[in-house]
Amino acid sequence: MRPLAGTSLSDQALTQGEALTTSWRVKAEYAWDTGAAVGKFLAGLKEGKVLGVQCSGCERTLIPPRAFCELCFAPIDRWVELSGTGVINTFSVSFVNWDATRRDTPEIPAVIEIDGASPGLGILHVLGEVGEDLPTVLSKVAIGKRVQAVWKPQSEREGAITDIRYFKLVG
Amino acid sequence: MTRDVAIVGLGCTSFRPTSPHASYREMIFEAAVKAYSDAGIEPDQVDTFMSVSEDYLEGTAIVDEYVPDQLGAVLKPVHTIGADGITGLASAFLQIRTGQFEVALVEGRSKASNVLHPAHIDAFALDPVYVRPLELHPRFVAGLEMRAFLEATGNTEEQAAAVVEKNRGNACRNPMAAHPARTSAQDVLRSAPIAEPLKEGDAALPADGSIVIILASAEAAARMKGQPVYIEGVGWAQDTPNIEERDWSRAAYAEEAARQAYRMAKISDPAGQIQFAEVDDAFAYKELQHLESVGLAPTGMAGRMLEQGEFSPGGRLPVNASGGSLGCGHVHDLAGLRSVMEAALQLRGDAGDRQLNNPRVGLAQSWRGVPTASGGAAVLSRR
Repeated sequence: MRPLAGTSLSDQALTQGEALTTSWRVKAEYAWDTGAAVGKFLAGLKEGKVLGVQCSGCERTLIPPRAFCELCFAPIDRWVELSGTGVINTFSVSFVNWDATRRDTPEIPAVIEIDGASPGLGILHVLGEVGEDLPTVLSKVAIGKRVQAVWKPQSEREGAITDIRYFKLVG
Repeated sequence: MTRDVAIVGLGCTSFRPTSPHASYREMIFEAAVKAYSDAGIEPDQVDTFMSVSEDYLEGTAIVDEYVPDQLGAVLKPVHTIGADGITGLASAFLQIRTGQFEVALVEGRSKASNVLHPAHIDAFALDPVYVRPLELHPRFVAGLEMRAFLEATGNTEEQAAAVVEKNRGNACRNPMAAHPARTSAQDVLRSAPIAEPLKEGDAALPADGSIVIILASAEAAARMKGQPVYIEGVGWAQDTPNIEERDWSRAAYAEEAARQAYRMAKISDPAGQIQFAEVDDAFAYKELQHLESVGLAPTGMAGRMLEQGEFSPGGRLPVNASGGSLGCGHVHDLAGLRSVMEAALQLRGDAGDRQLNNPRVGLAQSWRGVPTASGGAAVLSRR
């Protein structure tokens, strides 16, 4: 391979200070206001409840909840309690860590269509108890399979989506 | 033949120091519902949407992706402007002028209270090699500029402090304002120095809020219910980012933005033709500097004209009758849209207790804040 033009830099040149570098860690921290809809949803999770809302315009039952319907552009204030069960809409088996290294055991993000919500509506979460290698996971998990939420103990819940540890297959 | 463009709908939340009752999406929804109601149209009548947002102030990357739902803009063209609000307005204006769109919506919001270390975000905007490593609180930029501006022009610290007294006083007649106060110039002069000569009292306090403005071609506006406010001219400009070579005595970006807007609006004598102005006052001295830069006061005279009451609500050229950023609260890139909204309200005669006496032509001018040297200008009229 023909070398590229210019002066090449080694990893050592950067880490040992032979090349001029500058670094800065920005203190980008935020305290987001949940507002009405997200706040009530998170408070529900803390109590072990999965809450949705109903739009009086299109009659859809929506989850995650929102203060307005994005299709009807109408305000929403009708709340319903849904279940912690649903079906897998789609999933992926992820073997990549944040730093791009390989994982031995996969993470399995999935879209769960929650029972009681209108078709196509659900929440994103992860699957658990479905195996630790790809052939096992693929032999157990499939689009359309029924799942249920596995909750943290009440004392550990903090009003966050992670109050549900993961979803596992039903039965 | 270029087509005329008018503001046909205005909606906003109140500006507040904090807003825990509503998410940013819920705030935008409130402003949008009001703007649609004001224009008498439905979201499906809007052809194109403009979102004014800066990811580092929101804490979410590509934050405009989260905008369509609360505007009724799902599956519509959405365009993000990572600049000040008047630049966003100008983009909507130009999109209508292309002839491709009849109705455009401009949205912006501030959740300043959610940013835990705002100075660190400002510092992150400084040059990473030459300036940031000095680890100075970024307000030093305003301190440098204020000293050089006062020295070069002969305006005084006392006159800058009087801007605060006027604007926070004006805000007492603005129910949307976050920081109205019956404060005196002496109070400002006695406040603690932050980057001397800049004092705590000179700096606008942050605020949360959302604004939605709907624009339409003149033909489309004629079919709507309200009184259109015409955008006669717009402009925007960025100066060099090199802090070391700025001409602090004037705001060159404001000069250029106003020159563009005046040319488009056929304003040859701004001081004679502009009847009121909403100019950026993120720091008190900036109002004086901006007035001189956009040709509404001769160099070195803004402070004296202020003392003579010329910029008061009953004066010859009312400035920041809304209360400005000092009175309403500083809403970052939304500040330009707040100026535009106030100018439009004044021209429609809808400004309530702070209504000026039947103005027909006004200027809105914006600055992106420390450490930038960029901003916009818009000339609005009632025909």
